[in-house]
Amino acid sequence: MKAFVGEPRGRKKTAALPISNGDPRFEQLEIAMKRYQFRQDALIEVLHAAQKLFGFLDAPTLHFVAHRLKLPPSRVHGVATFYHLFTLTPRGRHTCVVCTGTACYVKSADALLNAVSRAAGIEDGQTTADGELTLRTVRCLEPCGIAPVAVLDGIVKGRETPESLLEQVKGWLPRGTDGSA
Amino acid sequence: MELTDLLDIAAKERQARPPHLIRCCTAAGCLSAGSAAVLDRLRGAVHDEGLTERVGVAAVGCMRLCCQGPLVRVDSPVASSGTEGVGMKEELYQRVTPDDAGSIVGGFNGGTVTANKGDLNSAFFQLQSSVILENSGRVEPERIETYIAAEGYQSLHRVLRNFTPAQVVEEITRSGLRGRGGAAYPTGVKWATVAKNPGEKKYVVCNADEGDPGAFMNRSVLESDPHRVLEGMAIAGYAIGANQGYIYVRGEYPLAVQRLHTAIAQAGRLGLLGSHIFSSPFDFRIDLRTGAGAFVCGEETALMASIMGQRGTPTPRPPYPAEHGLWGMPTLLNNVETYANVPTIIRRGADWFASIGTEKNKGTKVFCLTGKVVNTGLVEVPLGTPLRKIVHDIGGGAPDGGTIKAVQTGGPSGGCIPAELFDTPVEYDSLARLGSIMGSGGMIVLDDKNNMVDVARYFMQFCMDESCGKCVPCRAGTVQLHRLLTRILEGRAGAEDVQQLEALCDMVKHTSLCGLGQAAPNPTLSTLRFFRHEYEALLKPGSPAQRMGLPLVAPVSANRPR
Ligand SMILES: Cc1cc2nc3c(=O)[nH]c(=O)nc-3n(C[C@H](O)[C@H](O)[C@H](O)COP(=O)(O)O)c2cc1C
Ligand code: SF4
Ligand code: FES
Ligand code: FES
Repeated sequence: MKAFVGEPRGRKKTAALPISNGDPRFEQLEIAMKRYQFRQDALIEVLHAAQKLFGFLDAPTLHFVAHRLKLPPSRVHGVATFYHLFTLTPRGRHTCVVCTGTACYVKSADALLNAVSRAAGIEDGQTTADGELTLRTVRCLEPCGIAPVAVLDGIVKGRETPESLLEQVKGWLPRGTDGSA
Repeated sequence: MELTDLLDIAAKERQARPPHLIRCCTAAGCLSAGSAAVLDRLRGAVHDEGLTERVGVAAVGCMRLCCQGPLVRVDSPVASSGTEGVGMKEELYQRVTPDDAGSIVGGFNGGTVTANKGDLNSAFFQLQSSVILENSGRVEPERIETYIAAEGYQSLHRVLRNFTPAQVVEEITRSGLRGRGGAAYPTGVKWATVAKNPGEKKYVVCNADEGDPGAFMNRSVLESDPHRVLEGMAIAGYAIGANQGYIYVRGEYPLAVQRLHTAIAQAGRLGLLGSHIFSSPFDFRIDLRTGAGAFVCGEETALMASIMGQRGTPTPRPPYPAEHGLWGMPTLLNNVETYANVPTIIRRGADWFASIGTEKNKGTKVFCLTGKVVNTGLVEVPLGTPLRKIVHDIGGGAPDGGTIKAVQTGGPSGGCIPAELFDTPVEYDSLARLGSIMGSGGMIVLDDKNNMVDVARYFMQFCMDESCGKCVPCRAGTVQLHRLLTRILEGRAGAEDVQQLEALCDMVKHTSLCGLGQAAPNPTLSTLRFFRHEYEALLKPGSPAQRMGLPLVAPVSANRPR
């Protein structure tokens, strides 16, 4: 119950926030919201747009969205945390996404995941300390015909083996580690 | 837009088509294998070789044999002996590289074609049907003219001119079409219910969430032939009295989202969506909503919550969406493939449709065949086709001399069917009798290297991760089931753990709020049913205490200081 006490209800607390901080991306987000006529039911579409602009959703961004759509921040936060595709922490410069959908699973996707995870010293969802590489998993990326699949910086790679994948992410690994570990 | 305008567009499109046509697959599977570069090269080469008059290049959708992508097909007219008309010679090329593409075009000027030839006469192609996928790989998804040239939007015109809404519902009912999203509810009955429920506004919703990991039938239809779904939804809108439609697409399908945006815009520009369609009083608009990665949003009440911008948690039914759906209004919710059938049913008639399939399972179904099988890709066959035909004849059996052990159908809500039962006809009811479901059409082939307990755990982990957490049996039950399966897999469990596993499965199945929890035990139960020996092989004999190496008689607790 405590969370609701004094919860900023839309405008008041957030009125002084964003847009003025000079980041042009807020204006682009504003344009995206306008396209949906600031409809509250377009919240998920707006969050997609925000994540595209900023790379992730931080508190000021969520507050801004709540303010402009006249929604309680708790609602916006609730939605942003419910869906797996939204991330509230920044990503690394590079991303390696390993598919763990069923078609990839039966073709040993876990070996791909373990190889990168061990070499980079991070688990699924984490980013290396130097901010170079984020490792993520996703369940089915579509091209199941060429399983197992990984996506490196947005480029889909099929029929991977642990060795072939490590070869490609080598340059993004923290210093002092390599695929042979 | 009138019918004559529509036919005009179709005629122009057909006339403009050069005699030879090169079709390059640009659906997601082939794109990830590099078909964009192939397409570029094809277009460039046709231009450079001065062939633009004779040879066209089309960016089409999926041609089914996705594992051999990028796929390219070449259609050339051949004068057939005897009759007057010209026949078509079709050639298939697979795993095409940009250099191969150059040589395919060079072939028209007498060069040698170095690309790998595929076999269009193979069982993979010959044993398949074409209803839902009739245009897939033929029309260009980003050019509405090609859909119109394939008789597109004529069914919509036909119902607006010649059918009352009740007659449309009647036609769909008579066709025997059942929902393709998993529950197999008769589509006509659903339409009739929404049509008769009063409401100042009604909605048509297309479920394109396709959450089953490892299946991509719906995506393929959306990427290859998006207008078919739009037309089906518009016909549904007319039948039930709705003016607004929503398509809820999985966020992981950016290409499908983009093609749908394009398709909706093109249809709007031609007046095939929007106000006064075909100069009738009927208005219909379609908006897109993108999912954000939550399997539970495929469940209809969760999906509607998500469309309204909320967390995607299911709510108890009744009330069903048909009476109390989006914003409290009567809402028709069907799967992509269900709508994709509608234009064809109107065009060819309910009787024609009902002549395909079996008594209670009419029409065809698209399956996504993947896993340990030679040919992976899309397979469309009449309902009632034996599993063996799909896996062994069309799929080509196991690769590398492996032995196929089972097929998993229905994804995380389905089960595994052992190879001994491959004569089972693939129908909603026969699969249900085996403790599996047809689901939306995922079919994953497993061989002797796949451990069935591990498979069960894989799906349990999926359900555990995807549980929305609203009700306890599912939220906590899936975690416990996953733990038990892990113990068994790691060789730390005994016979009593399997008993507990079964009891808990039963409980989760019967007490969860929505289909996710209710079906979560299915993969486990079905592997227990058909592959119990694999569980037993992992069990340790004796009591838990013995297994942990403790003395048989544990110290009496009374001896312990309090
Ligand atoms: C957990 C869960 C996930 C579902 N996922 C999908 C899905 O991805 N696609 C789909 O069409 N139906 C899905 N369904 C079924 C829908 O709730 C609904 O029955 C279906 O979309 C109705 O359409 P139909 O009558 O055309 O089959 C799912 C159901 C549950 C319980
Ligand atoms: S069964 Fe699972 S997914 Fe469905 S409402 Fe309950 S917790 Fe949520
Ligand atoms: S399961 Fe990995 S791409 Fe579909
Ligand atoms: S994606 Fe190209 S053939 Fe299926």
